[in-house]
Amino acid sequence: MAMLNEQEAKKIIDKVLSYAKADETSINLNAERTGNIRYARNTVSTSGEADNLSLAITSIFGKRSGTATINEFDEISLEKTVTRSEEIARLAPENPEYMSLLGPQQYSKSNTYSENTSKINPLYRANAAFASIQPCINKKLIAAGYLEDNTGFNAIGNSKGLFGYNKVTNGNFSITVRTADERGSGYARQNFTDASRLNTKAVTEIAMNKAIASRDAKELAPGKYTVILEPEAGGELLQLLINTLDARNADEGRSFFGRKGGGNKIGEKLFKENVHIYSDPFNIDNPGSPFASDGRRQEKISWIENGILKNLYYSRYWANSKGVNSLPSPSGFIMSGTNQSQSDLIKETEKGILVTRFWYIRAVDPQTLVFTGLTRDGTFYIENGKIKHAVKNFRFNESPANMLTNLEAVGKPVRISGNMIPPMKIKDFNFTSLSDAV
Amino acid sequence: MKRKDFLQLSSMGIGALMIPDFLSGNPVDPSQFLNEGVERSVKKSLADLALNTAKSKGASYADVRIGRYLQQNISTRENRVQNIANTESYGIGIRVIVNGTWGFAATSEVTEVSVIKCAQSAAAIARANAKLQREPVRLAYQQGFGEKTWKTPIEINSFEIPVKDKIDLLMKVNSDAMKAGAGFIGSSLSFVNEQKYFASTDGSYIDQDIHRLWPTFTVTVVDKQTGKFKTRDALSAPMGMGYEYLAGKPSEKIKGPNDLIFYRNSYDMVEDAVQAAKQAKEKHTAKSVQPGKYDLVLDPNHLGLTIHESIGHPLELDRVLGYEANYAGTSFATLDKWKSGKFNFGSNIVNIVADRTQPHFLNTVAYDDEGVPGKEWELIRNGTLVNYQATRDQVHMLGQKQSHGCCHADSWNSAQFQRMPNVSLRAGKEKLNVHDMIKNVENGIYILGRGSYSIDQQRYNFQFGGQVFYEIKNGKITGMLDDVAYQSNTQQFWNSCAQICDKDDYRSFGSFYDGKGQPSQVSAVSHGSSTSRFNNVNVINTNSSKNI
Repeated sequence: MAMLNEQEAKKIIDKVLSYAKADETSINLNAERTGNIRYARNTVSTSGEADNLSLAITSIFGKRSGTATINEFDEISLEKTVTRSEEIARLAPENPEYMSLLGPQQYSKSNTYSENTSKINPLYRANAAFASIQPCINKKLIAAGYLEDNTGFNAIGNSKGLFGYNKVTNGNFSITVRTADERGSGYARQNFTDASRLNTKAVTEIAMNKAIASRDAKELAPGKYTVILEPEAGGELLQLLINTLDARNADEGRSFFGRKGGGNKIGEKLFKENVHIYSDPFNIDNPGSPFASDGRRQEKISWIENGILKNLYYSRYWANSKGVNSLPSPSGFIMSGTNQSQSDLIKETEKGILVTRFWYIRAVDPQTLVFTGLTRDGTFYIENGKIKHAVKNFRFNESPANMLTNLEAVGKPVRISGNMIPPMKIKDFNFTSLSDAV
Repeated sequence: MKRKDFLQLSSMGIGALMIPDFLSGNPVDPSQFLNEGVERSVKKSLADLALNTAKSKGASYADVRIGRYLQQNISTRENRVQNIANTESYGIGIRVIVNGTWGFAATSEVTEVSVIKCAQSAAAIARANAKLQREPVRLAYQQGFGEKTWKTPIEINSFEIPVKDKIDLLMKVNSDAMKAGAGFIGSSLSFVNEQKYFASTDGSYIDQDIHRLWPTFTVTVVDKQTGKFKTRDALSAPMGMGYEYLAGKPSEKIKGPNDLIFYRNSYDMVEDAVQAAKQAKEKHTAKSVQPGKYDLVLDPNHLGLTIHESIGHPLELDRVLGYEANYAGTSFATLDKWKSGKFNFGSNIVNIVADRTQPHFLNTVAYDDEGVPGKEWELIRNGTLVNYQATRDQVHMLGQKQSHGCCHADSWNSAQFQRMPNVSLRAGKEKLNVHDMIKNVENGIYILGRGSYSIDQQRYNFQFGGQVFYEIKNGKITGMLDDVAYQSNTQQFWNSCAQICDKDDYRSFGSFYDGKGQPSQVSAVSHGSSTSRFNNVNVINTNSSKNI
C-alpha cells in the first residue's frame, strides 16, 4: 500500500484542486491495509491481507454535488476524474440542506499511529495465534480467536484551503475458549493502537480461566439484580445511548433525548450524579482522529456531566438552522471512572452478578431506549464480596438510560472498541428469562 | 448524460465534505452499470492463468472468482432526496489448497501480472498456515461442468430504469404517507447486480448474473402532547427480481383481515406506505398488551425472521462444529441429536426445506461459490431434524459425499465459506387461509412485520417483536395492541406449531444483510412460509414503564 506522508498527500490534493472548475471542490484521500488471522477448533481456518487506496473528488455547483473516485495518480487520470465529478454534479438534484465547505482549520496532532502495528506481517499473526492456541491445547481446551490489524491514513482538502492529514493504526484481538465437554465458555478481548501492547497469551489466559470457572453453571431465577458489568458488557450498552445523541432526531421528537412538547433535553439531569461521559481525541490511551469526515475539528467535549445532558451532536445544516454551535459526533467516548479495580467492585458487593459480555442486543422500545440481549461467555454469582459460582445465562430487557440512573460505582476505565469504559456496578438490572446456551 | 440519467453518488443533507460510502465499492457513473464488463473469454484466460499458477505452486485444488458488484441505493426523507449512491467493485479472489490447508488472496488489479502474484500469495499463505494445521481439508468430489451461464430470471433490469423515475416513486410514497398522517418518512430503494465468474481446477467455468432489489421505508408519527413517537416499517420483502417487483400487480395482492393487504411477488409501495401511516397513528391509542400466554398467528413477513434465527442459523454446520464459536456462536442442534434420528425439533406438521432454487428468492443461484449446483433438500421432516447446511469441505463430517451447495463469499475480496441457503417452512397441505385460522383462536395475537429480534449464541432462547399487532378474542380481531414481544425456546416454540395456512398464502421474507464470519461478511437470504399458528406462547410487555 502506498502509505503517503503528509507532504505527498497534500501534493496530490493540490494537483487535483488545480484542475477543478466547480464552485467548490473537496477531496478525500484514504489508504488502508488490513491483515487478519482466524482460528477455531485449535487450528487456523483463514488468514489474509487486503490493501485499499482511493481518492474521492466531490464537485459542487450551487447546491448540486457529485463525486468520482480513482486509484491511479498520474496527471491525466486525475484531471479526467475531476471532469467526471463535475459532470455528475451538474446533473445532480439540488440539496436544499447543502452547506458551503469549511475554510482552513487548525488541527492538533493526535497519537493515532504506531510503527509497531504498521509492521505486522503474516508471520507475526501466525505466532500470535500460536501463543493463544498452544496453552489451550495443553489444558485440553478449545480456542477460537481472531486478530485483525489496520494501518492507513486519511487526508482531506478543499478549494477553500482546508487540509487535514492523519495516520492511523488499530488492532483487535478476541478469543473464545470453550471446554471440551461444551459446558464452559470464556471470552476476552484487547483493542490497541500500538501492537507492542498486544499479548495474545495473556488475553487467552483470561478466557481460559473463565471457561473453566463457568462449567457447572447454576440456575438463578430471572429478576432484578445488582450487576457488575465488565467494560466489554457495559461498553456495548453505553454505545447504544451515545448513538442516540443526535440533536435533529431529538428536536424532531423521535428520540429518548426529545423533550415532551418539542425541543431536546440539553441541560436536564437525566442520570445519577456520578455519570460523566466525554470524548477526547487526544487521550493517550484512546486516541481519535483530530477531524470529522466533513472537516470539523474534533475536540474534547463533555456530553454528560454530573448526570446532566450537556451536549448533543449536530449536522452543520441542523446547527445552522437552530443557531447553535455544530458539534460533530465523536469518534470514541470516555466514561470517567475511579482507580478501583473490578475486583474492588466485587469485594464491595453483597449479592450480585458479574457479566463478562452481552450478545445479540437489539432495540425493543426506542422511546425509552429499552434493549434486549443475553449474557454470554462467563456469568457469575457474587456473594459477600466473592465470586461464588457460575450461573446460567440470562436474557435482559433493560435501558442504558435506566442503567445510568442506577449506577452505584465505577472502576478504572479500559479501552474497548475505541472507547474507554470502566467496570460498572448497577442496581436493579432487569433479567427477564434464562437461556440454556453455553 | 442527461439529468434523468444522473447517477453517481450525490450526498444530500450530509453537509460539506461528504464522504462517499466506499464500503461496498467505488462510486461510478450509472451508465457504467450497463457496460458488459470484461469479456468472458478474457476472464477465462485470466482464470486459467490463476489456476495454473496455483497448481505450479503446489495447490491440489484451486478456484478463482472474478467479480463485478454493482449497487445503487437511493434514500429520501419527506420531500427530498438524501443520498444517491452508485458503486462498483471489481476484482479477483483466488483460493487454494496447499498441504491440506486453505489459502486465499485477492486483488483489485485484474491484470496478468497481478493475477500471478495473487495466486502465488494465496499458495504462500496456505503453506505458512499449514504449519498450524491440525485437520487437513477434505474436499467432497465435484464434477466440472465446462462453460456455463445463468441469470436471475428478471423481466426489467433495475439498472436500466432512470434514477429520476426511482426518485419520483419515492417522492410519491413519501407524500402519500404524509397525507395519510405520517409526521416523518424515510424511504429507500436498493438494487444489486452481481456478475460472478467462477472457475476451478475441477474444470468448471461458470458465469452468473445475479439481480436483487429491496424497497423499504419507515413511517414515524409523533404525538407532541404525550411526547411519544410510533413507527411502522414497510411490509415489503427484498427479492431476487428486477424492477417488475415494484409494479404492484393486483393479482399478487392478498386481502387479509381488518382491510390489511399483503404482497406476494409484486409490491405496491405507495399503498403500503399509506397503510403504514394509518397504523403508526393508530398505535398511539392501541392497548398496551397484558403479559401472559397467547396463541400467536404469525404472518410470513414476520415468521421469516423467526425461521431465520431459530432454524436457519442453528442448522449451519460450521456453527455446529465450532468454527463460529468466537463470533456468531455455536448451536444447540448438535451432531448427536441429528445422529439419533429422533430429535424432535418441532411438531409433526413442521417441514423445513433448504434450497437455492426457489424463483424470486434471494439466495437462488445455479451454482454456489465452489462450483456446486443449487438444489433443494430437507432439514426437518415431519418435525424431526434430518440434515444441515454444508459445503464441500464439511459434508464428510456428516458421512455424506455431496456438498449441499452452501458456499458463498460476499465479494471478490472475501474468502468463501458456509452460508445459509433459502430456508423455508412448507405450506400446510390442507386448505386454510388466515381468516379461517383466526376464527378458531380464542385468546391470541396476530403479528405482522419484522420488529426487534434477539436470540442466544446457541439458538435456544429468543425474543421477537413485530411491526403491527392485533388482539384476537373468540375468533375475531378486536383491535390493535402495542408493546408486544414473545419470548420462547426454539424447540418448545416449534413444537407449539398447531396450524399452517396453505400454499395460496405462501410468501417470502428476506434480508440482504445476514452477517457471519470474521472479518464479517453479509449474505442475502429469503425464507418462505404461510401464516402459521403457535399455541400458548409467552408474551411480554416491552414498555419499560411496565413490568417486563
